Amino acid sequence: MCLAIPGKIIEIASDNPESALIDVVGVRRRVDLGLLQDDPPVPGDWVLIHVGFAMSKISEQDAIEQMETLKMLGESDAALQEVSGYSLDDSYKLKVSK
Amino acid sequence: MAHGAGGQASRRLIEGLFAPLLFHSSTEPLTDAAHLEINGARLAITTDSFVVKPLRFPGGSIGELAVNGTVNDLAVSGAKAEALVVTYVLEAGLRTEVLEAEVRAMAEAARGAGVRIVGGDTKVVEHGKADSMYVTTTGVGRLLKGVAIDPASVRPGDKILVSGALGDHGITILLARGELDFEADLASDTRSVLPLVEALIGAAGPGIRWMRDPTRGGAATSLNELARDCGLGMVLLEDQVPVRDAVRGACELLGLDPLHIANEGQFLAVVAPEYADVALNAMNLAPGGDGAKIIGEVREQPAGSVLVSTLYGGSRIVDMLVGDPLPRIC
Amino acid sequence: MRFVDEFRQPELISKAAEEIRRLADPGRHYRMMEVCGGHTHAIYRFGLKDVLPSNLELIHGPGCPVCVLPMGRIDDGLAVARQPDVIFAAFGDMMRVPGTQGSPLEHKARGMDVRIVYSPADALKLARTNPDKHVLFFAIGFETTAPSTALTILRAKAEGIKNFSVFCNHVTIIPAIRAILDSPDMRLDAFIGPGHVSTVIGCRPYEWIAQNERKPIVVCGFEPVDLLQSIVMLLRQLKAGEAKVENQYKRVVPWEGNRAALRAMSEVFQLRSYFEWRGLGFISQSALRIRDEYAEWDTEQRFSVPGVRVTDPKAAQCGEVLKGVLKPHQCKLFGQECTPEHPIGALMVSSEGSCAAYYNYEHRKMATANILIQTA
Repeated sequence: MCLAIPGKIIEIASDNPESALIDVVGVRRRVDLGLLQDDPPVPGDWVLIHVGFAMSKISEQDAIEQMETLKMLGESDAALQEVSGYSLDDSYKLKVSK
Repeated sequence: MAHGAGGQASRRLIEGLFAPLLFHSSTEPLTDAAHLEINGARLAITTDSFVVKPLRFPGGSIGELAVNGTVNDLAVSGAKAEALVVTYVLEAGLRTEVLEAEVRAMAEAARGAGVRIVGGDTKVVEHGKADSMYVTTTGVGRLLKGVAIDPASVRPGDKILVSGALGDHGITILLARGELDFEADLASDTRSVLPLVEALIGAAGPGIRWMRDPTRGGAATSLNELARDCGLGMVLLEDQVPVRDAVRGACELLGLDPLHIANEGQFLAVVAPEYADVALNAMNLAPGGDGAKIIGEVREQPAGSVLVSTLYGGSRIVDMLVGDPLPRIC
Repeated sequence: MRFVDEFRQPELISKAAEEIRRLADPGRHYRMMEVCGGHTHAIYRFGLKDVLPSNLELIHGPGCPVCVLPMGRIDDGLAVARQPDVIFAAFGDMMRVPGTQGSPLEHKARGMDVRIVYSPADALKLARTNPDKHVLFFAIGFETTAPSTALTILRAKAEGIKNFSVFCNHVTIIPAIRAILDSPDMRLDAFIGPGHVSTVIGCRPYEWIAQNERKPIVVCGFEPVDLLQSIVMLLRQLKAGEAKVENQYKRVVPWEGNRAALRAMSEVFQLRSYFEWRGLGFISQSALRIRDEYAEWDTEQRFSVPGVRVTDPKAAQCGEVLKGVLKPHQCKLFGQECTPEHPIGALMVSSEGSCAAYYNYEHRKMATANILIQTA
């Protein structure tokens, strides 16, 4: 019901701590940080953006843990299954975007 | 008024009103230019009107679009533009320097595309009755030898090529209007595609079945039109469709599909499979063609539709655009 | 795109899909509702049905704020905007939604000053730059969007901007889920919980679904891997006979939600005693209105609003589709009278609506049976 996209905080306005410039793969916009006033983000943080407002700080730690969980999917039962044909390589590692 | 934005509404207007009343034969498929034979000379003729806001935007302006747009319509019809006539509709009060800048842009674009501007007309309408300026160009071209563009010749197994990254123009214009307050280092892709078309014809002429420049309504609309005209399915491989990062970012933020976004300097081609590699190679080697890719192929099914398929086996139908692409929040 | 691309990796999608096939009992039919229209859109956009087993059915829920908005509300908003010197500002989603006198875009074609905004903050900006006009912001959305509207009203008050008002159509998701569960013809095994709403309300408000209704619910992200992982988590709960609230979308959703956002909402809004939902009827305490303290920024308190009521055509079976009793294509009007270009029922009006999503991405695929896609 709500389109929200991760963006990286590039800078916070010097005259307004609740206004930040964010970047989404080269697209930039000012977003309102007012809804994160209890735990204000700093430049370099990733936030979830919806209708020009930062809704939530994105946890890199949780993203990595999710990837680890995904990597483990089905592994515990691997002995029961003849799982073959998957080459996982490093695909579970977070890709660092440009 | 959705009728100008390409896509389904435009097509209905043409098929439902203009074709039956104006054109000699409404059974022929809709193409970008009409072909004529006059005293043995094989010609193509087309016309296009340009309405764009803002008039100037990163990478181009209305004057440049008006030349390249018509040159490109002729090019994808297999013709080299020879001469253009131009009509300006100007809003009273338009500043002279704005007009002059656009006339200069047209002259330069015409030089670049190797086409002469041989005549024109100007109308001035009351202030408020037009938005700054509209430009119409009508072009005549000579049909190139060694190529025949016909949707009916498209066969299952044919490959679908694109000349470069999709969506640059449409997203550039959307951002340049300033209403969304987004910024990006993006420029319109407006250019003459004739050199690339000539390179393609030179290398793979007999294998070319169809070409189209996916302007308003984007690649999805052009390919849907082809799918309906030939009764076959166009299957695209999502990870092969070239889209620049910033275009993708804007599309993700605004809930748009790059396949629905307008282009002004790209074209799509359907090529027989045995010519696909040589066609791609020729385009890649031509100036400005390094972004060309094979993005999919023609299949029997889904007949009359465009299907995008993913590496993991998911797929979706992509229809023509309904009206203008509107940003969405949900 | 970071935090996006890694959750679209084909290898991970295939792996999660494999795990779903392994966990799903072939002798059982699973019915899971994705509450959120964003999930519906993602399921179609990424073609996820193609990788799910056929005995796992996804039911598209009520979480599309455009779809559930009664037509009368659009008429009301446009009626106010017909007054002189009013700018009608709304998200792009609203622009093609028909009222009885046409959509906002059609009103624009007839001369109304209609603007597409990306943010409520942009609507407020319009008010700043057009001091001689009144800017009406037509607000829609669930709890994800409502805090942004609330903060915008707070900012308007702080700046003393008087030529701005909000026509508030914000709705709340929990009463809608309750209405679905209370419906007698409803048979569901589990819920895919709305991810972005939960950034605001957190995961606790779903506890009754697990405890009282004994239905598993997993709060879920919007990338293909997120959706498949959530289905894995639901299947595991079902297999173990459990009913818990789980959070698959931890990277974004804190268990307790966003307190600052909730504060802004409760400062500006209060619950309406009831509100009409297209396809579901009147649901008590299911929508927000602007508190009297902020009446100056409330279109409904500032202007006289006609209060139009429009009943949906009887032939449109939106309610049944919303509750998962019918598939979109089983409605009598689907694809015939009711299409995305000429929507009749609620679920065809937004690309997130299950009928529009089905129409745009699926129905011709279904019509041509057994398309085997071999990706190169």
